[in-house]
Formats: sequence, structure tokens, C-alpha cells
Amino acid sequence: MRMYDLPDAKGHFGPYGGVFVSETLISALEDLKAAYAKFKDDPAFRAEFEYELKHYVGRPSPVYHAKRWSEHFGGAQVYLKREDLNHTGAHKINNVIGQALLARHLGKPRVIAETGAGQHGVATATIAARYGMECVVYMGSEDVKRQAQNVYRMKLLGATVVPVESGSKTLKDALNEAMRDWVTNVENTFYIIGTVAGPHPYPMMVRDFQSVIGKEAREQMPQLAGRQPDAVLACVGGGSNAIGIFHPYITDESVRLIGVEAAGYGIETGKHSATLCAGRSGVLHGNRTYLLQDDNGQIIETHSISAGLDYPGVGPEHAWLKDSGRAEYVAITDDEALEAFHKLCRLEGIIPALESSHALAYAAKMAPRMRKDQILLVNLSGRGDKDMHTVAEKSGLKF
Amino acid sequence: MSRISDTFARLEKQGRKALIPFFTAGDPDPASCVPVMHALVAGGADVIELGVPFSDPMADGPVIQRSSERALKHGVTLRDVLGWVAEFRKTNSDTPVVLMGYANPIEAMGEEKFAQAARAAGADGVLVVDYPPEEAQKLVGILDGAGLDTVFLLSPTTSDARLREVAELGRGYLYYVSLKGVTGAANIDTAEVAKRLNHIRGFTKLPVGVGFGIRDGETARAVAQVSDAVVIGSRLVQEMADDPAQAVAKAQGFLSGIRAAMDRAKAA
Repeated sequence: MRMYDLPDAKGHFGPYGGVFVSETLISALEDLKAAYAKFKDDPAFRAEFEYELKHYVGRPSPVYHAKRWSEHFGGAQVYLKREDLNHTGAHKINNVIGQALLARHLGKPRVIAETGAGQHGVATATIAARYGMECVVYMGSEDVKRQAQNVYRMKLLGATVVPVESGSKTLKDALNEAMRDWVTNVENTFYIIGTVAGPHPYPMMVRDFQSVIGKEAREQMPQLAGRQPDAVLACVGGGSNAIGIFHPYITDESVRLIGVEAAGYGIETGKHSATLCAGRSGVLHGNRTYLLQDDNGQIIETHSISAGLDYPGVGPEHAWLKDSGRAEYVAITDDEALEAFHKLCRLEGIIPALESSHALAYAAKMAPRMRKDQILLVNLSGRGDKDMHTVAEKSGLKF
Repeated sequence: MSRISDTFARLEKQGRKALIPFFTAGDPDPASCVPVMHALVAGGADVIELGVPFSDPMADGPVIQRSSERALKHGVTLRDVLGWVAEFRKTNSDTPVVLMGYANPIEAMGEEKFAQAARAAGADGVLVVDYPPEEAQKLVGILDGAGLDTVFLLSPTTSDARLREVAELGRGYLYYVSLKGVTGAANIDTAEVAKRLNHIRGFTKLPVGVGFGIRDGETARAVAQVSDAVVIGSRLVQEMADDPAQAVAKAQGFLSGIRAAMDRAKAA
């Protein structure tokens, strides 16, 4: 077992993370840091968080042995951590509940969020409705067009969706705009970031809330499979579901940790979102991490079939896990992810999110080369209902 | 003494306040950058803050965001911006130029390489919006080594502990952001600014400039009465954007109006 107690007091994971924001945001972040330090080990706060996870989200989410899919490979046994069964259909809600509870304790009646595909926006709108908070979600105007159904879901839940017209009009620009709202309205507003990026303490705080995934898995695997897995796999966009399942395993070096990025049309085409596989270090959205950028340090546009992975940065803790060698990062193309998507539908009766399908696709590459007594655990981070029109279009259908 | 401290020392002797315009290099078009700089000097600028365009200007409001986008559409790079500073220096050796922008383009070039290139071009200071003091120590050391001033932001919510840190690391002048929010935001409360500036002066001997929310001669005049410098950005950028073909003339005309209002403050 190795020691692991990152980040340090200033939010650094090795050279990554930190607080790279304008002075105008510093005091808001310091308040947040103090509030989180106060509540994170507070028994009443923990009890409230756990109550919500159990009774509102439906946790613990099961671990499921995908037997037919494993037989199809004829190699390793594949287990799935079923985050797709959570309320709102993905892991996003775990973190949103934690941050919304903090907002309540801080007396902030208004929450804001950024969203790409809309999953984090929907989770935030859901909790805002549950707690009677005002909710504003920033979404790139390109994404608003592509994700009309999720925009409608957020509106049904009472949220205001603001289309963002700046920059590339996608997730990164929505994040910029949410930061601008926060710095302007910090007195009454809590910014609920959806992934393990942003300035300290966000990467740490979001990780802690998402770590429930890995903590449950560590208890469930011995009961179901008799031992811990040989490797844990998860898709990585910003990286919150991956950190959530990795973190409780970091000190257990017998377990390989494998993050799966989106290779889009292929890394060699330049149209991908594989930040850790093909990017280099830089500063964006308040932290130092790997970025997809041009030679002049401008952030470049990314591509993935799955909107949730379509982000030019990545959580700073992943950057550190990569450099330190504790986790491995690989990439899967759109086509490989789609193939895994269809296989899981047909062999297990589970429709996975296209994001999660990237992790499934890498498991499909590994499993046949492994022994039958070896075990892979894949974080099935979300369900694929939201992806119906994308997959149908790929097959030449239109609703 | 740096060109920046020389400038502030001279102004103090004259009993005048510094006027510091900001605009994004390469907006409305690359060819106008150097002429706009000269026009601003003719309009009464004492220091020029030259914006280095970035794809994700998180701390800026819509006016400067769009200006950054226009510059990037023209393919403007940090290297281009340094080239324009060098060009400007051929005929102006007095007016300090402060490069203002975000960390990533500088890191992409490499901090050492950037510092040498900026020095060689004739720049005087650097303000990296997303480098607060806790992340800036390395850069300050490098810029010090190249004889460049590192300018820091202060906000209404900056704590005393941080004021102390900024006072120690800051060079040239400090830039007080007069309100919460992004650039180009609403109105400024001069009495509140005066109170904060008094407090800040308890921590530093550096001149303190005030920006964010200054939109016309009237506010500039009021702010000049309590600060050492007035920074004006979004309104200037907007004036140039409204009539891009006349950007050079617009810049000079707008700034001289502000200058006149500020100098009336002194006479009043």
C-alpha cells in the first residue's frame, strides 16, 4: 500500500491543480474552502449526504457480473458498477447533492452550473427543484441545438438555460460564462461545477463526493467476486466518474487503474478529445493540467461522439496519476465505442451512455487477452437513453 | 528605475494622474495595432496595457471577449504582439507598455523565453490575469531577472494577508479592480473606492491604478481624484469596435476626452 494524501493545502497534485483565477474570485474560493473543510467531516452533514444518496438517488448502486458479455470474450470476467441506475441516469447526481447541501449550509439561494451534453445541468436542475433553489444553467449554444431534449428536461425542472454564444459555443465556453456569473453574483450564488476540474477546492471536493462509487465497489467486489478486480476502467472527459471509482483504489497497487479517453475520429486526425494521451501541460479554467492546445497556447476545439467527453482539459488529479504512473490512460474511437454500445445492448440488456461505452470498449480489447479467473471492473457511469438520436443517426435513422 | 516607475515619478512631480488605456492587440485588425498605440499616446495615455488575445478569457465581459475572438480570427499570436511592441518602440521610447493576458499563451512559449522576448521587444510590465500571487512566484523571479515589472490585481475582497503578499511581489503599480464581476460591468462607487485605496496604501508604496466600471470622463475624473491612475478598457474597445475602419481616430478621440476630464479634476 502506498501513501496518498493529495492535494496539498494549496490544491496541488504534484505540478498540477492549484488556483489560477483572477483576484476577483479568490475570496469566494477561500470561503468555499473554509466551508468545505468545516462540513466535510461534520457528522450531521455526512448523515444528510448519505440519506440523500440512499433515499433520493437509490444508492448503493449495484455491481453486476456481465456474464454473457464475459463469455463472449472468453477471457476475463467483466463486472459493471451500475451508476446508470442512479436517479437522473448517471453518476453526476452524487456530486451535485454534495455541493447543493453545501450551498444550503452557506445560505445561498441560487445555484448555477455549466453543462455540455446536459447531464450535469439536468442533475443540478433536479436538486435545485428538490431544495427549492433558483437554478441557472449555462450551455454552449451549439450544445443547446444538439441536446434539445435535455434542455427541455432542465426547463421542466424549473431551471433557466442560458445559451452561451462566445468562443466555440460549447462546454468550455459554458464554464467560462458560469465563472463570470459567479464572480458577479457571489453573494447569493453557489457555483456547482460538474467535474473534477476548476480551481481548488473543486477538484478535491468533487472527487470526495464521487468517491462513494469506489468505496461501494471496494465493499461489493469481495462479496460478489471474492476479491478486488485486477483492473478498474472508467471513461475520462473531465474525469469525475473515473476519479470517483479510482480514488479508493489508489493506495492498493495490485489494482490497475485505466482511464479511457475519446479518440473521436482517431488521434491522428486531430479530431478527438484525448487530452491525456495527446495534450500537454497548461493553464485553463483555474487549474494547471493537460490541455489540447495549439502551438500558441490557444485552446483548440475537440471532437467526440459523446458530448460528455468532449472537453479540451482534464481534472488535474488525472494529470498527476498519469505522470506518476499510478494510472494508465488510453483512447477509444467513436466507432469502437459504438460497437461496445451495441454489444452491451444485445448481450446484457443494458443501454449504456456513449461516454461509458468508451470504457466498455477498452474492456472488450483487454478481456480476450486475459485469463478466465481475472477480473475487470468497469464504471458504467450513465445510461444511454439520452444518446438514442445520436446512435440512430449513425445507423441512418431519424426520429 | 523602470520606465513604469519613471513615469509615475514624473507624473507625481507634475501633480497629474496616470491614464492607462487597455485594448486587445490585433483588434479590430493586426495592421491597426501600432497606429492605435501611437494614437493613444497622442490622446494622453501615460501607460498602455496591451491585451494578448486568448481563446478563453474567463475574467472578461462580453466586449473584451469579442475583441479577443476577433483578434484570434486574424491569427494574432503572442509573438505578433511582441513584434508590435518592438515596432512601437522604434518611435516611442517613453511610454511604458504592459502586456496583459492569460497564463497559457505565456506558458506555451515558455516563461524564460517569453521574458527575454518581451524585454527585447521593449515591453515594461506583465499582468497575468489568472496568476494570483500564490501561483506567480516563479514568474515574478523570471520577470525580475529580465527587468520586467509584474503587475498584480487587487479586488474589493482581497484580505489583508493577501495585500501583504501582493505588496511584496508586485512591481511597477497595482491594479485595483473596483467592483465584483467581469470587465465592462456596471457602475463604480467612488467613495467606496477611496476608502479601499486608503486601506491599500497602508500596505504598499506602489502607485495604485483603478479599473473596471470606468466608462466616461465623469467617472474617470472622480476616480483620478482618489487614485494614482485610471485604467479604461471596455469602453475604449467598444468605441473602436463600433467603427473599425476609423479605429485609430476613434481611439485617440475617445481617450483625449477622458484625458481632458481628468486634467479638469486637477484644476478643480
